[in-house]
Amino acid sequence: MTKEMKSAAAGQRWLSAVLRSREGNLVLLIAVLTLLTTSLNPRFISPQSLKDLMLNVSIIALLVLGQTVIILMRQIDLSISSIAGITAFFSGTLFINYPGIPSLAVVLIAILAGLLLGGVNAALIAWGRIPALITTLGTLYIFRGANYAWVHGRQVNAVNVPGSFLAIGTSTFVGIPILTWIVLILLVVFAIGLRQYRVGREFYAIGSNPNAAVLAGINVSRRLATGFLISGAIAGLAGALWLARFGTVDATAAEGIELSVITSTVVGGVAITGGVGSVVGAVLGALLLSVFSSTLVFLRVPSFWQQAFQGAMLLLAIAADAYLAHRHALRLRVKWSHV
Amino acid sequence: MSQPTIELVDIYKSFGSTRVLEGVSLSLFPGEVHSLMGENGAGKSTLVKIVAGLHLSDKGEVRMNGQEVFFRSPSQAQLAGVSVIYQEPTLFRDLSIAENVFMHRQPKTAYGWIDYAEMNRAVSQHMSQLGVSLRPDDPVLGLSIADQQIVEIIKALTFEAKVLIMDEPTAALSHEEVKRLFQVVERLRSKGVALMFVSHRLEEVFSISQRITVMRDGRVVGSGSLEEWTMDEVIRKMVGRSLEALYPKENVAPGKVVLRASDLRRAGVFKGISFEVRAGEIVGLAGLVGAGRSEVARAIFGIDPLDSGEVSINDRALTNHTPQMAMAAGIGFVPEDRQQQGLVMEMTVMRNVTLTVLHQVQRFGLVSKEKEREIAARWTQRMRLKGHIEEPASILSGGNQQKVVLAKWLATQPKLLIVDEPTRGVDVGAKSEVHRTLSLLAQEGMAIIMISSDLPEVIGMADRVLVMHEGKLTAELARAEATEEAIMFAATGQTGPIRDKKAKATSNGQS
Repeated sequence: MTKEMKSAAAGQRWLSAVLRSREGNLVLLIAVLTLLTTSLNPRFISPQSLKDLMLNVSIIALLVLGQTVIILMRQIDLSISSIAGITAFFSGTLFINYPGIPSLAVVLIAILAGLLLGGVNAALIAWGRIPALITTLGTLYIFRGANYAWVHGRQVNAVNVPGSFLAIGTSTFVGIPILTWIVLILLVVFAIGLRQYRVGREFYAIGSNPNAAVLAGINVSRRLATGFLISGAIAGLAGALWLARFGTVDATAAEGIELSVITSTVVGGVAITGGVGSVVGAVLGALLLSVFSSTLVFLRVPSFWQQAFQGAMLLLAIAADAYLAHRHALRLRVKWSHV
Repeated sequence: MSQPTIELVDIYKSFGSTRVLEGVSLSLFPGEVHSLMGENGAGKSTLVKIVAGLHLSDKGEVRMNGQEVFFRSPSQAQLAGVSVIYQEPTLFRDLSIAENVFMHRQPKTAYGWIDYAEMNRAVSQHMSQLGVSLRPDDPVLGLSIADQQIVEIIKALTFEAKVLIMDEPTAALSHEEVKRLFQVVERLRSKGVALMFVSHRLEEVFSISQRITVMRDGRVVGSGSLEEWTMDEVIRKMVGRSLEALYPKENVAPGKVVLRASDLRRAGVFKGISFEVRAGEIVGLAGLVGAGRSEVARAIFGIDPLDSGEVSINDRALTNHTPQMAMAAGIGFVPEDRQQQGLVMEMTVMRNVTLTVLHQVQRFGLVSKEKEREIAARWTQRMRLKGHIEEPASILSGGNQQKVVLAKWLATQPKLLIVDEPTRGVDVGAKSEVHRTLSLLAQEGMAIIMISSDLPEVIGMADRVLVMHEGKLTAELARAEATEEAIMFAATGQTGPIRDKKAKATSNGQS
């Protein structure tokens, strides 16, 4: 008995070590990749390229925060890119139609708009009981289509946007872009929220075992709705920051980034089956993919290879997870059997 | 006698047209273990679910300490002090033990953050009180079923449960684990908790209970304190009818060997499984949940790979062991879970029946509806199916669904038919139809393996009973030797007097 328990404890330590080291593994990979590329091309770690890297990863990383909450609950939100696209253009029109409007007000309105659009997803999924994959695939097209209709070929240009707002997307504070600071602060907020508050743990619980979550008295519908509202609000913020970063926005803004966001989240160790993962890991996943893309650019790999590499990373991450889970299951099967 | 902690008064419950509970009354007293016994389908689980707040009764009252209560959700019941531990624990496997215990009501620090230290401390304290050594911050993933039940018990304790209901908690436990569970139960009893214990294991019930109630067909057929009962009396009340009436197995002279399984092994699941089944024979495969019966069946049918051993049909060994090969060799497999594995619920009965024989209903590579109808009609009539063959399978009753699954496999005209829990969740009428059909098939020379947890069914139907315990065959009993006690002894891995006398000689599993 004691021997069995000892090996059980050892097995669990082994498991938690693997779980804990996901973030560690990502940091290691990013470091190796950076060193490798730098040795081939020292300009890779020049201040300018580091700043570009941080700017490139920030908006994806921001969206990853919301997507993590969703995937932890075994759901998915494909509509984020369309929400961000709408709010990006919407923020621009606010500056055009209300000259002198404070930047903070525009950001808050964009978040509110995102919250509203996320509310559509929330209502359909939590109370309409339509699977999230279908709902958000639908709203991905609906929101984008509505955006095209509304924008009608127009464009917001940098000249229409006040310099103080564009500064969010270009200037730095102690060497780090403001945009990245925003993401870092939200990362801390999300990390604490998911670890230290009941709501956060309930997201994990729902993804881990939905039936047990109901038995524990968790209002699953409400939590699902909360998740999609958070994801919508984050997408709204991402839209406003998209405008600040690029200045020029048309109806195609942010198109297609939902797949990069989901890829980053999964590469970052958030299990697509829910219940496992962390925002820190997910953001590191985004960073890894971003570093990887830059590496390919610096090594002059043709750009059409980049997407293929990104896809390969995703499959590799999932395959590694599946392999570890399989090994662990086999271990348990043998351990608990009396044969 | 003191006031009961919880009282069920005249409870009625129906699902659709099926009456499950008809006027059941039951009281649980503080510091007492009250065992609820009955065959599968007697209504025990439904009763438990009503107390747990998962179902509302159609009629009747639930009273706690004399006051009428209504539990509309499991969490309401828990807050009122009623906790239920199900056979399969319902836990979050990705989260820690302590988090599982305190989910949705974690203690908080002064800043409103979750107080993990306090949570782990509280769980540790309960663990040491129960005398178990687990680490509160270990993940649940990796715990045995027994340890998971301990986590459920600790959860109940943190709710300060006054009533603790355990639905077949020992079904998947080893002997040692059962002993530990019972020590825990004794501690709870001494604290004044009212316990209900649902079990099939007579020895356990008699060793732990102060009161026993027996249910049959949705009614209480006997209730009283332990002294008023004998084991024979309990069994008589549970069965309540003569075995022959429900289990019409004809005696058939066994023919040649159809299935020969030699030394089957699958690492961590079962090993050393050798047996034969002859034409015209029904071989019962008995054992507790988790003993590996279904797994052996799945391996014979080629769903799960074998690590070693050989399966042969009519003296021809199966190579390249896949379900397709098994079907081609003449094996039919009726799985345990009709809804998930046996039927495509949305499709018509006809489509379901012909699914296994699509090559027979093809004309020019397309499915011919006439042929489909003809084959489906032939086999469903044979099964005396109630319902039209062009209706979706989902609208049929459980019994009729089971007939469709059987018809589907009969259409392949197998030499060996494996049925896994063929009558679980079907009413008595459909049950005897299923039995009649299996008996008829055996008479026509089919070899049948019947896996069942329903002991009277195994005893009534099988020519021979193989008993499994923890992945091994522990007994092979001829019809005359197969008593409930003999099977239970072998199934629990005990070396009792009965097994010594009757089963030891054949315990290698070879005939």
